[in-house]
Amino acid sequence: MIRVQQEDFDIGAEIARLKSGRTDIGAIISFTGTVRDQMGTIDEMMLEHYPGMTEAELAKIDEEANARWPLQASLIVHRIGRLVPGDNIVLVITASEHRDAAFDAARFLMDYLKTRAPFWKRETGKSGNRWVEASAGDDAAIARWTKPKHAAE
Amino acid sequence: MRLLYFAWVREKVGRGTEEVALPPDIATIGELIAWLKTRGPEFANAFARHEVIRAAIDQSHVRHDAVIGNAREIAFFPPVTGG
Repeated sequence: MIRVQQEDFDIGAEIARLKSGRTDIGAIISFTGTVRDQMGTIDEMMLEHYPGMTEAELAKIDEEANARWPLQASLIVHRIGRLVPGDNIVLVITASEHRDAAFDAARFLMDYLKTRAPFWKRETGKSGNRWVEASAGDDAAIARWTKPKHAAE
Repeated sequence: MRLLYFAWVREKVGRGTEEVALPPDIATIGELIAWLKTRGPEFANAFARHEVIRAAIDQSHVRHDAVIGNAREIAFFPPVTGG
């Protein structure tokens, strides 16, 4: 499942909802990305996105993770709009019978989201506004998933 | 055809979206970018480093050699930075 929203999310509540009424889940992984102040240089962040394509890309990534690993549940929540240091930005939760699938799928979801989902961050600080630049490390992170079969399967 | 611009491409172009009639000889995203650059200094500036600009046809990522065909909307934006 995927969601794009302005409001904050509650990690505990999301996990509780995801496993509610289920007794087949053996492992749950959650990843939360948050806004850093970068040693006091960032006052706020604006998250811009491409409505429509954002949801389509997140759904594709979620579908791909579910095709690669035996997940019992998965959730991506990404916030948009104005955020300040300390705020949550993104939440990924994966659930599976055994931990390997959930661990690997969570990492896969974040790596793909970082390079495919149409979001852009603009930081505001004492030196004005600045669009965050894409990191080469994010592209490199994708490389580890290019093999169709993964050892954890 | 509907064109959309995001992040610093939008800021440099000075608008987020517009309807344009493309000249009939434009077949690919690369050719569309070359034509956009002739539309004024704000476009020339926004697309100056055209190799860093990413594009989407009807909300799917495409490369610059992609054929536009019967696209309804084309978007231009910098590399994404979510997450």
